[in-house]
Parts: sequence; structure tokens; C-alpha cells
Amino acid sequence: MDSVEFSRYLTMLTLSVHVIFATVGVGVPLFIMLAHWLGLKNNDQHYLLMAKRWARGYVISVAVGVVTGTAIALQLALLWPRFMEFAGQLVALPLFMETFAFFFEAIFLGIYLYTWDRFKNPKHHFYLLIPVLLGGAMSALFITSVNAFMNTPQGFSLLNGELINIQPILAMFNPAMPTKVAHVLSSAYMTAAFLLASIAAFHLIRGNRHEYHRKALALTMKVGFLFCIATALIGDLSGKFLAEYQPEKLAAAEWHFETEGEAPILLFGVLTDNNEVKYAIKIPYALSFLVHSNLSGEVTGLNDIPRDEHPPYIIHYFFDIMVSIGIGLTLLSMIYLIGVNRNWSFIKLKLFRFFLVASGPLAMLAIQAGWWFTEMGRQPWIMRGFMTTAEGATDSDYVWLMFIVFAFVYFILMVGTAVVLTRMFKRNPMEKELEKLNGNGSDIG
Amino acid sequence: MTIEILGISVLWLFLFGYVIVASIDFGAGFFNASTIVTNKHHIVNSVIQRYLSPVWEITNVFLVFFFVGMIGFFPKTAYYFGTVLLIPISISIILLALRGSYYAFSTYGSKGHKGYTLMYGVTGVLIPASLTTALIVSQGGYIKELPSGKIELDYLTLFTSPFSWSIVLLSLVSVLFISASFLAYYSAVAEDKEALKLFKKYTWIWSFPTIITAFGIIIEMKWHNIAHYEGLLSLWWLFALSLVCFIISLLLLKRGRYGWSFVFVVLQFALAFYAYGVSRYPYLLYPYLTIYDGFTNETMAKALVIVFILGLLLLIPSLYLVFKLFIMNKPYIQNKKG
Ligand code: HDD
Ligand code: HEM
Ligand code: HEM
Repeated sequence: MDSVEFSRYLTMLTLSVHVIFATVGVGVPLFIMLAHWLGLKNNDQHYLLMAKRWARGYVISVAVGVVTGTAIALQLALLWPRFMEFAGQLVALPLFMETFAFFFEAIFLGIYLYTWDRFKNPKHHFYLLIPVLLGGAMSALFITSVNAFMNTPQGFSLLNGELINIQPILAMFNPAMPTKVAHVLSSAYMTAAFLLASIAAFHLIRGNRHEYHRKALALTMKVGFLFCIATALIGDLSGKFLAEYQPEKLAAAEWHFETEGEAPILLFGVLTDNNEVKYAIKIPYALSFLVHSNLSGEVTGLNDIPRDEHPPYIIHYFFDIMVSIGIGLTLLSMIYLIGVNRNWSFIKLKLFRFFLVASGPLAMLAIQAGWWFTEMGRQPWIMRGFMTTAEGATDSDYVWLMFIVFAFVYFILMVGTAVVLTRMFKRNPMEKELEKLNGNGSDIG
Repeated sequence: MTIEILGISVLWLFLFGYVIVASIDFGAGFFNASTIVTNKHHIVNSVIQRYLSPVWEITNVFLVFFFVGMIGFFPKTAYYFGTVLLIPISISIILLALRGSYYAFSTYGSKGHKGYTLMYGVTGVLIPASLTTALIVSQGGYIKELPSGKIELDYLTLFTSPFSWSIVLLSLVSVLFISASFLAYYSAVAEDKEALKLFKKYTWIWSFPTIITAFGIIIEMKWHNIAHYEGLLSLWWLFALSLVCFIISLLLLKRGRYGWSFVFVVLQFALAFYAYGVSRYPYLLYPYLTIYDGFTNETMAKALVIVFILGLLLLIPSLYLVFKLFIMNKPYIQNKKG
């Protein structure tokens, strides 16, 4: 194993940790905002308390998001110095803007947290959430546009190894950007919804029948369902994008070897040594449909792509995990919503609630699978068509050591976050806070 | 002014901003922890907590601004510093990560754990030391070129050179000096007499070591990097002004004008920081990289400058709001409801 491998592993490790907190960071403000708004509109203490409690948990996640984000930003230069030297001339703009967007978010989040009950007009306090929501979304937009650039670089020309004719705006708005940004945002909102729903369902399963948790569950499931639909629709557009611009990624994800029409989608299964697919669930015509919106369209296969540019075939599983979870959660939230509406009793069963508890972690798993799919699917390129991963990596001899050390640090961070969050909410249960609220009107900061 | 110089000046400004806000933060953490040991914790704790809570994220952002901007304006630095500094900067990242997250855990989560406080204090000293490595390396003489064309940090030279240790020492004493001076002012605003007395004492304790190590480094520079030494000498008047500010700040401290005293401390550092920066012109990394050969293309530079200005237009009003609500809000500082 050499420094290239370990640089990849360390990047993958840091980003996988960061994306957990980043997703929460982008997604949860929407729900704080919804709850706060409902609370103000209906003058409902439950929703106001919900906003308060979600915000308190949220800030812990942001803090860890900040430190892991700082880590990945520095590691990009430490692990991929050649790449950053090259790409820095092209995508410094969105990277720089991300910092501003985040700064903006952090400032207003800080003010929001410390100013409950300090405004005469409570609406003004609510408005502080707008920059928080926008800042998170803009962070995601800018950083994802950098990642999109790595997949479909444009906005420059190369003359004898020299970069000329550089257009930063064109580089930012590259072909991969629209679908990627949209999919990342909608999947972040979707994941945040199910994470918060998991918490509410967990309390219900434990026998707590308080209104508060039912309201939280109903709110998050409704919004979650909407974002499920959005995510799936945008995912479909992302597939169409891949077929046009990165056919090798789509072909590897689908184990699609021969270029042909009427292509099926294969779910799971195993690949034999001579590239036959076994035990897979086959959905006929679906791939052609995904790509061309008709059943017979031709889809490029791996055999028409140079062997050394094939991404690892394992991304097939990541793609399947993401899509299966996406479909599963859509069904789950749909059944729940219909069930509530029709008073079906089985949505109160323990088993059903167990699925609700699982929905948050599953959504997070889908996010991880999605990133592994798209990032590994870019192999062997770090910047598709211009620089391979091996060319971009550092040649330092100690990357393995750093990998071990960081794995250890992230482990501590994750455990610490989990412990602090559970302790924080256990020590200060919702019922107690509500009582205090009803007791003396306000003031719980 | 060429766009290269504009770029480096902006970055230098960010770095200076980071040095000041981070020093206050690191030093506060250190005092907070050390007073546990000396049993004076009850005196300083509330002042420090009140100040730190709302601003810690902002400190980190200054650092991120600096190095994201550095890679933006001078992409070649990513190659040189990135390759060479893997281990030192990774150590900084880890310390920053532990510090930031555990600070948040203890503030927003479970309060009052002594372990958190101690860790916060220790990292406050180690982070400046490890981050300083980047500055030390940029002075030249610590990079080995292997026959294969690979570059590597020369750890032996780094760890055995008195020059590098003096810079580390300077970073530590300045952190404590800046921080004590600010906290004295902050306690004065909070009308916390006991804390004020303590921080005033700390300011005196750390003031002279700061000046002495700073002059020591200038002298050592003669052996380390003669060209830079001559650059420093040619700007002697700026350093002299910095010394004047130092003396004024101490006089003001004595007179009980804590706010102005802190302002002069900042001025003292600003003058020395910029004089140092100008004296190494045009080098980013002796002798490999100057601001001219490491510069990005003109289009990107202009775009970055424009975004920078727009960003400031957005941020300055928001920062002003924070400042008004928390830092300079008397009822808030004095722990009454505002
Ligand atoms: C909750 C998470 C989640 C869910 C349920 C889905 N996705 Fe997804 N997907 C992501 C989370 C995600 C992601 C983590 O956000 C990715 C990784 C990179 C990106 O742009 O978004 C992604 C990437 C991604 C890509 C690659 C885009 C690219 O490389 O440019 C495609 C083609 C799809 N998705 C398609 C789908 C389809 C057809 C889904 C059907 C339900 C689906 N995704 C559900
Ligand atoms: C889709 C992927 C990503 C999303 C959605 C995202 C979003 C965010 C968000 C919302 C934050 C604020 C912390 C929080 O609210 O939890 C954050 C922090 C940060 N992220 Fe990410 N990020 C992503 C990937 C990356 C990558 C690849 C980098 C490296 C270039 C990066 C660099 C940073 C930095 C430096 C911070 C700290 C902010 C600061 O201190 O200025 N992020 N990110
Ligand atoms: C600023 C944008 C980004 C940059 C510069 C970047 C850079 C890289 C680099 C250099 C690698 C290693 C080479 C490779 O495997 O292709 C990598 C891999 C990876 N990245 Fe990204 N990335 C970015 C955005 C993201 C985001 C937002 C995520 C999701 C959180 C992500 C997740 C991953 C994962 C999981 C890997 C491991 C895949 C593998 O090694 O095969 N990346 N990224």
C-alpha cells in the first residue's frame, strides 16, 4: 500500500464523517424554522419548544461539522497538493465563497441561540433563522459545485501544460452542477426529516404518548415525504446526466457491459470473474427508461470504454443501497401519512414504529452510499480527463500513520457527540421544560 | 499596487485577525485551566465563559479564510506547504478538532467538567506552537530535497534549531500577553474587580517576555537568513513604533485605561506583524516561492477580490450585530438579562 491508497482512505474517512454533520447542518434548520413558525402562528408552546430543543441539538452537530470541515479543507492541501495546485486556479472562487456562506450561517446561529426572549417582537427572533437556512444551503451549493467540477471540468483550456483562458464562473456552473446541487440539497432535507422523525418515534416506542412527539412525527414525516419525491425525481435527472457526461460511472453502477437498447436495471446480485451477473433482481427496460425516458434507448456499456478507465465495479452496491433506501423511505412515509389520515391502527404497532426509528439512520446510510458511489465512480480520475488520482496525491511516507491517528480522533468525536447529545436531552426532558414554560410563561434560554 | 501585493495584503490581514482573536481565545482557555490549578478559578471563570460562548466559531472561520484564500491566490503554496507539512498541520487539525468539539460539548452539553477545562487549556498552548511550524518552515532552511526530486521536511534541523524554538516561544508568550490584556479590559467592563486585578497582573507578567523574545528573534535572524535580517533592519522605524505602542499600552494599563491599553497592544502587534510581512517581500517560502511565481491567474484573482469585497459588505454588519449584542453589551457581560 502506498501513499496514494492511504490518501484516498483518509479523504474518504474524513469526508464520510464530515458529511454526517454537514447533512444535519444543511437540513435541520429547515425544520427548526418550520416548528418555530408553526409555534408562532398557532401560539403553540409545543412547536416553540420543539424549535428550541432541535436548535440546541443542532448546534452540537454544527460544532463538530466545523471541526471536521476544517480538517477536510486542510487535508485537501495536505493529501492532494498537486491537485490543489492545479485546481486551485480554477475553483478557488466557490471554495472561498463557501467560507463566507458558512460564516454568515454561524454568526446568525449564534445570535439565534442566545436571544430567545430578548426581542420585543418574537417574529424578529424568528427571522434570524433565514440567514441560517440560506447559509447552510449556500455552503452546500458552493462545495458541491467544486465536487461537480471534478467530475466535469470546464471553463479553461490547456496549452502545453499551461492553463489559459480561465473562466471561474463557467467552471463553477459546470454540467454536473445543477443535478448534483439539487440532489444534495433535497437529500439533506430528506435525511434531516427522517432523523428527527426517528427521535420522535423512539419516544413513542418507549411508551411516551405525549402530544409533543406526535406533532413532531407528523410534521417531519409530511415534509420527509415531499423531499423523498423530490430526491427521487432529481436522482432520475442525475442518472440522465451521468448517461450523457459520465457514461462509465453509470455503466459500472449497473454492471452494464454491452452497449445496447432495452437495458434492464439490476439490483444487487454478484459479478462472476468473466463479468456475468448472477442472482440479481432484474427490472427490464428500466435503465433505458432512466436514461432516455423510453423503453428502447441505447445505453453505453463498459466494453466501449477503455479498460483502465473503468471505475471499481463495487459501486453497483452503493448505487443499489441508495436507491433501495430511497424507495423504501418513500413508501414508509406514504403509508404513514395515509395511515394517519385513515386512522389505520397498524401505524401504531411497535413493528411499524420500529421502521420509523430506523428511517433516520437509513437515510444517513443512503447519503453515505451516494457519496461513495459518485466519488469512487470517478476513479481513476481525480479531475476527470485531466488528472488521475495517483498524479494528484502527496508522496509523503507518513499518510498511513495519519490515517490511523485520524481514525482514532474521529472515533472519539463521534462517541463524544453521541454521549453529549443523549445526556443533554435526558437530563432535561421535554416534559420538565414544558412544565416550566407553563409555570412562568417564558424564560428557558 | 499590483494585484499580487493586494492579494497577499488581504491574506496577511486575515492572518493578523486570526492571531488576535485566536490569541484571546487560546489564552483565555489557558488562564481558565491554570487557575483551576492555582485555586483562583472562581475569579476568572464567569468572565471567560461569558466572552467565549458566542464567539468561538468566528475564531475558527478566520483561520479557514486564511488558508482557503492562500490556496486561492497562491495555488503553488498548496504544493509546497501541503507536501512538507503533512504531520505538523495534521497535529494542529487534531488539536483544533478536540478543542472545538469539546468546548461545544461542555458549553452546550454537560456543564462544568474539569477534564474539558484542562484540555481546553492545554490545547490552547499546543495549537499556537504547532501552527507556528508553517511560519518557521517558510523562513527557509528546513526543507530537504531528495535526489528523486521529492521534497521533505527536515525534522532534525527543525527540532534542534534555536531559531525555530524562539519563534515557538514568541507565539506562546504573545498569546498570553494579548489575551491577558483583552481580558483585563473585559473584566473592567464587567466591573469584576477581582478578575480585573488578576488579569492586570498577568498582563504585566507576560509583557516583557514578549518584547524580549521578539528582539531575540530579530537578532537570531542574522544567522538564519541574512537577507531577511537586512530586510528587517531596513524597516527598523516600524519596529521602533511598535515598541512605542508597547510602552504606551503599559502606561495606559497603569492608569486604568484598559480599553485603550488593549488597542495599543493590537497596534503594537499590527505594526510588528506588517513590518515582518513587508520585510520578507517577495518571498512566501525562502527560497522556493515568491508571491509572483506562485500567483494564480489574473481572472481568478480579480474574481476573488470582488467576492471578498461583497462578502465583507455582508459580514461587517453581521459582525457588528454580534459585537453589539454580546461583546460590548454591558448588561450581557455583567450577566444580567439584556
Ligand atoms: C437520502 C439520500 C439519497 C437518496 C434516497 C437517493 N440519493 Fe442519489 N445521491 C445522494 C443521496 C441520495 C447523494 C449523497 O446526495 C449523492 C452523492 C453525490 C451527489 O451528487 O448526491 C447521490 C448521487 C446520485 C447519483 C450520482 C450523481 C452524480 O454522480 O453526478 C445518481 C445517478 C443518483 N444519486 C440517483 C438516485 C436515484 C435514482 C434515487 C432514487 C430514489 C436516489 N439517488 C436516491
Ligand atoms: C455535500 C458535502 C458537504 C456539505 C453539504 C457541506 C456543508 C457544510 C456545512 C453545512 C458546514 C457547517 C457546519 C454545519 O453546519 O454542520 C460545513 C463546514 C465546513 N465544511 Fe463542509 N460540506 C460538505 C463537504 C465539504 C468539503 C468537501 C469540504 C472541503 C473543501 C468542506 C469544507 C468545510 C469547512 C472548511 C467547514 C468549516 C467551516 C468553517 O469553519 O469555515 N465541506 N460544511
Ligand atoms: C470540494 C469538493 C471535493 C473535493 C475537492 C474532493 C476531493 C476528493 C479526493 C481528492 C478524493 C480521493 C480521490 C478519489 O477517490 O477520487 C475524494 C474521494 C472521496 N470523496 Fe470527495 N471531494 C469533494 C467533495 C466530496 C464530498 C462533498 C463528499 C461527500 C461527503 C465526498 C466524498 C468522498 C468519498 C467518500 C471519497 C472516497 C472515494 C474513493 O476513495 O474512492 N467528496 N474526494
